[in-house]
Amino acid sequence: MELHNDAVIYMDNNATTRIAPEVLETMMPFLADYYGNPSSMHTFGGQVGHALAKARDQVANLIGAEPEEITFTSCGTESDSTAILSALQTYPEKRHIVTTRVEHPAVKNLCENLDRLTGHKHRVTRLKVDADGMLDLGEYEEALTDDTAIVSVMWANNETGVIFPVAEMAKMAKERGILFHTDAVQAVGKVPINLKDLEVDFLSLSGHKLHAPKGVGVLYVRRGTMFVPFLTGGHQEKGRRGGTENVASIIALGKACDLAAERMDDENTRVRALRDKLEEGLLAAVPRSMRNGHQTERLPNTSNISFEFVEGEAILLHMNRYNICASSGSACTSGSLEPSHVLRAMGVPFTAAHGSIRFSLSSYNTEAEIDFVLAKMPGIIESLRQMSPFWKGN
Amino acid sequence: MWEYTDLVKEHFLNPRNVGEVEQADGTGDVGSLACGDALKLTIKVDDKGIITDAKFKTFGCASAIASSSALTEMVKGMSLDEASKITNEDIADYLGGLPKEKMHCSVMGREALEAAIADYRGLTLPMAEGEIVCECFGVTDLEIIRAINESNLRSVEEITNFTKAGGGCGKCEDKLREILQRTVEGKLEWIKPMEKPKKMTTLQKIKKIEDVLEREIRPGLRKDGGDIELIDVDGDFVSVSLRGACKSCAKSQTTIKEYVEKKLRELVLDTLIVEEN
Ligand SMILES: Cc1ncc(COP(=O)(O)O)c(C=O)c1O
Repeated sequence: MELHNDAVIYMDNNATTRIAPEVLETMMPFLADYYGNPSSMHTFGGQVGHALAKARDQVANLIGAEPEEITFTSCGTESDSTAILSALQTYPEKRHIVTTRVEHPAVKNLCENLDRLTGHKHRVTRLKVDADGMLDLGEYEEALTDDTAIVSVMWANNETGVIFPVAEMAKMAKERGILFHTDAVQAVGKVPINLKDLEVDFLSLSGHKLHAPKGVGVLYVRRGTMFVPFLTGGHQEKGRRGGTENVASIIALGKACDLAAERMDDENTRVRALRDKLEEGLLAAVPRSMRNGHQTERLPNTSNISFEFVEGEAILLHMNRYNICASSGSACTSGSLEPSHVLRAMGVPFTAAHGSIRFSLSSYNTEAEIDFVLAKMPGIIESLRQMSPFWKGN
Repeated sequence: MWEYTDLVKEHFLNPRNVGEVEQADGTGDVGSLACGDALKLTIKVDDKGIITDAKFKTFGCASAIASSSALTEMVKGMSLDEASKITNEDIADYLGGLPKEKMHCSVMGREALEAAIADYRGLTLPMAEGEIVCECFGVTDLEIIRAINESNLRSVEEITNFTKAGGGCGKCEDKLREILQRTVEGKLEWIKPMEKPKKMTTLQKIKKIEDVLEREIRPGLRKDGGDIELIDVDGDFVSVSLRGACKSCAKSQTTIKEYVEKKLRELVLDTLIVEEN
């Protein structure tokens, strides 16, 4: 197969990110030269253990945690599963879980299969979102019961970028003695997080969303929170997660966390301004287009826009011609008959959901790229609309 | 990402004959926004019965647009008799093939062509005279039989890929199997002995749930001055809204869990989780 990456305009960073060159440079020696097992008694392996310890410090630093609160996993999905299943095993008599209707499949599908996985019957409350993708904290408060074992609410939504009030929600759970997990896979590195100020028990993050490689994740477990491992095995990660460590990727993730901390300001100023320019430009230039998701309570890098009367796969393939990479919530792209569950939960009409495009930027994007996309998109939408039997003009 | 041939990509990116011919002699309108794809084909026919021009407008994905473009190129210059022999396979072949999940796009093309020719001749389509088997997508037995014969279909899943029939609520699956058996009877090696049960799609669930609500649940609630409405189905999560007297009833949670969920699990799918909207 032929591979290419010439002049790609990459605006699909919520799907995955490029490995930062500095990160790659940091991890390479651990693939090539320092291949020892960090658990070994010899210095050759032991030195790798020291490098892992440094990575743990770096991750802890980015999110305001202690190093011993960091457990490395294989991905965000594993972290999510581990947190929720641990809570259910910690409180086997509690059979209720509170989550939302817009979670990533990592949490959504787990909650659908809890009974099969645990062998017990569970009740799941999935909080509604409004047209902006926001939760109702009154509904949340009412949902918490003495039977609730854990709350799992994402920090930021992968499709719309909408941010949930995690600090407040964690506090409300804590007051009721309920464990709180947040899937922060999309938030870490994009918005400041300081777990010292929060009542969060578990937090998931994933390397490949912040310029580290795919296949490495972290589960933060607050000190003192009861924990039951998901993978039992060797004594790695202090017995919290068996399996020889993915050394190079963990070291890469550590470096990526340092970089994310350095670039946090850039992400929230320059990248945000680029995103806003792109979004405002598209909404102004393309009639019958609209933003999906709250305008301000949102990640600085994400913009989800619906173009009515055209189909997302067709839009993406036209963008592809210009090497512009993005995503769609349309049904045709996934091969299923329905469009995205997130947009449906927000009540976005099918006609608009079919034509939704998610742009997700990173600090590698430039203003020239935004200008290029702004120059190309209106023509793409217009040409597809000219072809659409439903388009009756503006 | 779908595996499209270069020809599909080429026709998608540079579609031929987009638009509507002026003073069309025949028009074929198929599909709908709700179905996810739609095609309007217009043709011009001269006094010798030759198609002199053809144009299309399509809403849908790349393969829907490419199939429409290919169709217009194929029929231009053909006599109506020649054109009426075009099959969906011909359209797919013209494009070097389509992914099997997208074959219905080529069927949509053939249907629009037939509709346009029938419109020109002032005829009612024989297909429209057949008996509707799939109510969700309005597919008749004649269309299904034709697809089975033309494309050598050998399973219900293939029928769905080609005609969309059975891709909605799935209630017609038994009928589809029966039609399949009848149609291929006597042909060698006609069927895989056991088809694995298909996972229910959301549309199928919605239909079945609506059915059970109407038959089994609403009558009881209405007696007490209440009602229930289905709001959404997301995977195994079914969100409903209680109405009337049920809405303010202190026992609404119990109604939902003990009554509604139990019935739906029993009659639709035993993994369903009912939640109040
Ligand atoms: C919100 C969210 N949670 C979880 C995941 C899963 O992460 P991973 O791919 O590392 O398993 C993703 C990635 O798509 C995500 O966006």
